[in-house]
Amino acid sequence: MESSLADQLLNADINAGVAKRIIPCLDVKDGRTVKGINFVDLRDAGDPVELAWQYSAQGADELVFLDITATHEKRKTTVEMVKAVARNVNIPFTIGGGIHEVADAEILLHSGADKISINSAAVKNPALINTLANAFGIQFVVVAVDTKHIDGKNYVHLNGGRIKTDILTEEWIKEAESRGAGEILLTSMDHDGTKNGFDCTLLKKINQSLTIPLIASGGAGSKQHFTDVFLEANVDAALAASVFHYGEILIPDLKDSLRASGIKIR
Amino acid sequence: MIGIINYGAGNIFSLTAALDRIGIEYAMINEEGDMENYSHIIIPGVGHAGAAMQKLKATGLTSSIKKLEKPVLGICVGMQLLTRHSEEGDAHLLNVMDIETLHFANRVNLKVPHMGWNKVSPMQNSKLFQNIEKDAYFYFVHSYFIEYNPTFTLAYTDYGIKYSSAIQYNNFYGVQFHPEKSGKAGEQLLKNFCTI
Repeated sequence: MESSLADQLLNADINAGVAKRIIPCLDVKDGRTVKGINFVDLRDAGDPVELAWQYSAQGADELVFLDITATHEKRKTTVEMVKAVARNVNIPFTIGGGIHEVADAEILLHSGADKISINSAAVKNPALINTLANAFGIQFVVVAVDTKHIDGKNYVHLNGGRIKTDILTEEWIKEAESRGAGEILLTSMDHDGTKNGFDCTLLKKINQSLTIPLIASGGAGSKQHFTDVFLEANVDAALAASVFHYGEILIPDLKDSLRASGIKIR
Repeated sequence: MIGIINYGAGNIFSLTAALDRIGIEYAMINEEGDMENYSHIIIPGVGHAGAAMQKLKATGLTSSIKKLEKPVLGICVGMQLLTRHSEEGDAHLLNVMDIETLHFANRVNLKVPHMGWNKVSPMQNSKLFQNIEKDAYFYFVHSYFIEYNPTFTLAYTDYGIKYSSAIQYNNFYGVQFHPEKSGKAGEQLLKNFCTI
């Protein structure tokens, strides 16, 4: 039997192709980072630009900003923040949160964002993925999915994992890919915050079904967890927040350790 | 001073931000008469090669670009415009270099788009890659690639297939990666271009 492209991808040499990416994720509100950050002496721990610069200097491959700004009026501060990051940082970054229509995405593109990430808005209006991909190219569109394991099945959750849907995660991700997602950011709500490691079983299964890149999120607690998710699930990137922000894992150390495990790292 | 061909093909905020960071002056080229004001020319571009070519044609700048004798750097789709033809939209392009732009799909068993950091290996000593570590990583985002060619390939990258990540013919240069998003190596490459 002829093996599928996905099988070939999984069985391919882990060092073929691009380097595996390490992605710190920053929550921002009204143009300021909201989680405590203390991995390095900062003049202003709430300044996303300074943090982004620090992370890029440490060797982060990419950054994700999740904007939790509540009101539409305050979105202007987000746009200003995106511009400031683009002016000062020389690595790619994604911005997610508050993107419901083409105009929201367009202003971020023209402010220097490399990609936008959509989550609940895409579940509520799947055609948004097609619209954004047609307008800006699939490389601009990351679909973020929050998933929880319930009674042997994986269900998509909304609003940061608080609202369950009846949509099966595997099916939604395939639909997102076919509609024009350029990348999937999958967060396991069961693993998120536990620091017990990524959900390698689910990530491996999803990755086998995809021909676009997959970013693993949720559960990072040690350097070994990153090695595991790259070797076991062969995901393209791994994202984490607190372990980086609190200095529990330093990116240069992490990259050394991944290289020592034979993983292709920039 | 750098002139950036302003033809509406995608966002150039990141490019101008990178030039600002490294202290290189630039301005936009909107019509043929603007060309003479600049020592170096950049053709940016993201998105669809066929659509980009239509937009470039609409500016009326194509023939004057082909006649340029000063250094020209095409970035990403801006590089692909320098080739003869792209499979993306079956588009006939500037044909500064007689090579093809092809789709990764069905040619490699890897994910498409080619997105992320990959090694760039210069084939020869070139000013464009001066003071950049050999096999340095640059940031790529693309689904179409320029075939490897012994005449035009200035640097190659391996993504299941060895292809042209940088090309050159006389004063025309092109890079498939995004120097404006490629850390220090990318900034050095932009500086280098300005010294050619």
